[in-house]
Amino acid sequence: MKAEIEVLQPGLFSTIQDPGRNGFLKYGVPMSGVMDLYAAQMANLILRNSPNSAVLEITQMGPKLKFSDPAKISICGALLSPKINNFKIGNNRVYKIEAGDELSFGKRQLGCRAYLAISGGFKTEKILKSRSWFEGITDNFKLNKNMKLPYESTNESKIETNASIKFTSEYLVTSEIGVFPGPEFYLLTEGEQEILRSRNFSIDKNNNRMAIQLQEIMGNTLKPIITGPVLPGSVQLTPSGKLIVLMRDCQTTGGYPRVMQLSETGMNKIAQKIMGDSVSFAFLESPHL
Amino acid sequence: MGERAILIEFEPEISENTLEKVLFYKNKIEDHYFKVKVEVINTYNSLLVYYVYTIENVYDEVSALKGLFQGTKITKKSIVQLYDIPVCYDAEFGLDLKLISLEKNLSLDQIIRLHTQPIYTVYFIGFLPGFLYLGGLDKKLQISRKIQPRMEVQKGAVGIGENQTGIYPKSSPGGWQIIGNSPVPLFDKNRLPPCEISAGDKVKFYQVSKSEFLNISEEIKEGKFQFKKVDYEGGN
Repeated sequence: MKAEIEVLQPGLFSTIQDPGRNGFLKYGVPMSGVMDLYAAQMANLILRNSPNSAVLEITQMGPKLKFSDPAKISICGALLSPKINNFKIGNNRVYKIEAGDELSFGKRQLGCRAYLAISGGFKTEKILKSRSWFEGITDNFKLNKNMKLPYESTNESKIETNASIKFTSEYLVTSEIGVFPGPEFYLLTEGEQEILRSRNFSIDKNNNRMAIQLQEIMGNTLKPIITGPVLPGSVQLTPSGKLIVLMRDCQTTGGYPRVMQLSETGMNKIAQKIMGDSVSFAFLESPHL
Repeated sequence: MGERAILIEFEPEISENTLEKVLFYKNKIEDHYFKVKVEVINTYNSLLVYYVYTIENVYDEVSALKGLFQGTKITKKSIVQLYDIPVCYDAEFGLDLKLISLEKNLSLDQIIRLHTQPIYTVYFIGFLPGFLYLGGLDKKLQISRKIQPRMEVQKGAVGIGENQTGIYPKSSPGGWQIIGNSPVPLFDKNRLPPCEISAGDKVKFYQVSKSEFLNISEEIKEGKFQFKKVDYEGGN
């Protein structure tokens, strides 16, 4: 029989993601993939999964899931009060699941996105070489009630602990985001550059897998650019003077000046922020050649 | 651009000359990196080399790329594909034809003639999966975008926005003035590659009636549809 997770309650917003869809940018297909690569890879690593295994990315309020067959799971990233059959469990550990077990989540304590990994990875459909859900590419694009998620059952009773793996959750708290100057950074006035270097910005209510908008208006003296390439982590300055941090599901091209580019760890950090959280930018050296 | 990409910019202009240069180097870079996991995408005047793994030594990568740019004469890719794309300009699809007709003082026939005459150049694909950025729109048809974008533009809608024309590969919000609809599949997620047309190719539109439009739609459903295309000599 096929092992499946049944979605009893969908929670706020969850999607299946892997490291992303590579090789299709030139056709205008967004990369997608996990928002916090660090947490997702840790969740896989704890289970000794391949780092490319698909995980469930859970945003703020988790779902309630029922397992048809034995499995091993781990959860990393945001602290969302997970429980197995009403017993509290913790992040960053391997748990054994029996047939019929239910996994649920409670109050959000820290961070925004948690990653549920399962031994062998989720076996949902692969489209264009990736299992990452994205509307228009995969049939499913968010977790819904009664949905079934296939996985490979494992009856291995022994739980090997990787005591050597140390997971740091400090990055969930820090507000400092590493950035490189973007292609249009040096076209900004010195005053504008200084604003980016020194001010605090807060996460706007408009934030999702495509982009995280920042609330503050910093002004804008730049003209739009000829439509050019953008990437997850590109920070655009809009004509209204607001900053938009593009995230994993972003379009492949854009016409707004790209004033900064988040570092890889910076992307993981900002993926864990929720509306109202404060961030500041720490400039890293970039060879501008 | 960050830890995974190197951006190469050419002169800031939208022109066939710049595109030729961009695509020439794009090919060179793709050939050079055939063993390494990189993606090279182009826009009007940029190349982005995206590394699937983070770049270990950016100075080495940049000097390798610079080496590719040295002492090479740009040669045109001599033959590209010219695609004939059917468009139905019936009022049912051409939601903004009347508006353009009034504003530009052109008859419907004139609009259709002006739109089907040019051979358009595919600069790149972006915005949405399968959305072709086309250059070559007749100046007489240039019209500004809608002040209030539509919440939903139909899949296949053919539109005009400023000096650009294009086809919406799927339903989406959009601000272009809509003049018709094309049934052809510009993006198919179950096909590799998912887009048949690529940067550098040429496109020409031809008018079809509603019944021809429906016939083509039927062919597509049955999996019998094939793009009409011919080799096209690069030198105009």
